[in-house]
Amino acid sequence: MSETVESAEAQGPGSEKGERSVRRETLRRIVQGDLASLRVVIGLALIWIIFQSQNDRFLSSENLTNLGLQITAVGLISVGIVYVLLLGEIDLSVGAVSGLAAAVMAVLNVKHGWNPYLAIFAAVLVGTGIGLLQGFLFSRFGVPSFVVTLAGLLAWQGALLEVLGSTGSINITDPKITGLANTFYSDAVGWIFAAIAIAGYGAVLALGYKRRRDAGLAAENPTSLIVRFVLVAAVVIAAILVFNSDRGLPLAVLILVGFVVGMEYVVKMTGFGRHVFAVGGNAEAARRAGISVNGVRIAVFAIAGSMAAIGGIMAASRLLAVNQNSGGNELLLLAIAGPVIAGTSLFGGRGSVWTALLGALVIGSISNGMDLLALSSAVKFMVTGGVLLLAVLVDAVARNQRQTSGRI
Amino acid sequence: MASGAPLLELEKVSKRFGPVQALDRVDFAVHAGEVVGLVGDNGAGKSTMVKTIAGIYTADEGTIRFDGEEAKIKGPQDATELGIATVYQDLALCDNLDVVANLFLGHEQVAPGPGRVSRQLDEAKMEHETSDLLSNLAVTIPSLRSEVGTLSGGQRQQVAVARSLLGEPKVVLLDEPTAALGVSQTAQVLKLIRRLRERELGVVVISHNLADVFEVADRIFVLRLGRAGGEFDAQQTTEEHVIGAITGLGGEKSAEQAERAELEAENREEGEE
Repeated sequence: MSETVESAEAQGPGSEKGERSVRRETLRRIVQGDLASLRVVIGLALIWIIFQSQNDRFLSSENLTNLGLQITAVGLISVGIVYVLLLGEIDLSVGAVSGLAAAVMAVLNVKHGWNPYLAIFAAVLVGTGIGLLQGFLFSRFGVPSFVVTLAGLLAWQGALLEVLGSTGSINITDPKITGLANTFYSDAVGWIFAAIAIAGYGAVLALGYKRRRDAGLAAENPTSLIVRFVLVAAVVIAAILVFNSDRGLPLAVLILVGFVVGMEYVVKMTGFGRHVFAVGGNAEAARRAGISVNGVRIAVFAIAGSMAAIGGIMAASRLLAVNQNSGGNELLLLAIAGPVIAGTSLFGGRGSVWTALLGALVIGSISNGMDLLALSSAVKFMVTGGVLLLAVLVDAVARNQRQTSGRI
Repeated sequence: MASGAPLLELEKVSKRFGPVQALDRVDFAVHAGEVVGLVGDNGAGKSTMVKTIAGIYTADEGTIRFDGEEAKIKGPQDATELGIATVYQDLALCDNLDVVANLFLGHEQVAPGPGRVSRQLDEAKMEHETSDLLSNLAVTIPSLRSEVGTLSGGQRQQVAVARSLLGEPKVVLLDEPTAALGVSQTAQVLKLIRRLRERELGVVVISHNLADVFEVADRIFVLRLGRAGGEFDAQQTTEEHVIGAITGLGGEKSAEQAERAELEAENREEGEE
């Protein structure tokens, strides 16, 4: 979105033809949904203003910190979902997998006395294994991912009940595990993280600029880079200010942001990420270019399974327990809805991992706000359903517009 | 223009699909720095021939020689390794990726550093090479970072051709490169084909559009019902002769025959209508 701000500001009507076409391109991207994040940020601001006007506790630092904790699990699951969506596929099993992985961790740690880190590792491996299996079934036999993972949804829910055994609920007491969602850093540590994040982002921008210039390529307008840098720095500083005036920077939020940044790096900067986009855009072209399409598919489902497990572990840590309901209810739909609301296409080939965070924020804000207003579950479900439908409609309309203007 | 030994040579190549004899003892050759137009009616075996050279089909009989040596082409990989690049009609581009990403798809350049998987793509280097290659070929595309889906048909065709050149092939096969293109876009693509010839590549162009073939080809090779139906020097023949060879009514023998063939062809066309 920051690019948009820049190109609208820095390039007057009298600028070069090339720059004007860049500007028109940017405008098109906002309208047609490629740059949906700007739309979503505006939407998020609206949501926040509405809830704040109804209840002035909504934007308090305590509630915003709670919001951060509430969206961690779903945001982490969404990170994996983004990868699956980029392929143009769907994974309906992530909710059940998150519950099963959390149960595996709890049983190993509580009932079998495993080392907490070992238990967490085993739980993540369960998620990875399930993803590998589902990805293999989908790519090897050509069964639609929808069906494979729907079967998974049922099967892994059954497995969750089996693992939990007769008690149906396990309380987690290990401080290493509960600490994941209940640790808050002191003000000083918060600022150190902020400084590292801002300096790191600045270094990445500067390095990219230098590399392009050294290669003799048209480097991005420095003003644009500075605007982006200032915006990101402002968001980071604001977030730390909010966290510090409550309990401090939560470890959970740090984990979420860390995964988002890391997985965004993988999908945007590495060869593997490029192949994910290629398979999602045109699998046949990817195959002919020598990409192992099935390998990419299996890897992506493994990522989705692993991220679901990690999300489930964070949810269990926050709840201090795993029960038969873990990973159930609307968790799955929210994890898919988030990235779609924030602009990752259901049709594959378009999106970013940031949408996992942004979408989780939007959905989390709506849910949190409605809780503050003490609205009934009936209203909450209907509103969330409406928001999801709206997001899918916007995605479909954007796709139609691209097609009618010759862009597929 | 064509001098010395041929770069790619087919000798008595046959290919049969069940009862259908798709290629029947076809002899064919391309030299370096030569554009050969491959023409023929629907079902004449053009696609089969190109796919046989590209390694998608394997020839039942006959020999394929590359650079004077007998080559066994058992799969697309073999053809690529020999230095044969093919641009199919559907182009196989990823519309959601930009020009640079499409050009390097499957052969991305990574920055130096540890770890194969985690290494960053060297976007600057790839963009640099893309811009070098495209300007060498005199291909103009507004922005190398625009999505391929936003480009015109002619630009997409040029991107696809440019991509085939990254592996530094010696022979390029183009399947209907000007189909469904407008006049100016066709001109751009034909210009690009001439550039390929200047680079001393052997180029085979399949086309239904004889005007395009005449404009760009040095030699025209006609396939008819799976057999070699005639070979013409593009400078010294007329469209009528070539049409005669395509339809099998007349051909290269004499002007009189050609005229008769033309007449018959016209009659036949009228009959068909």
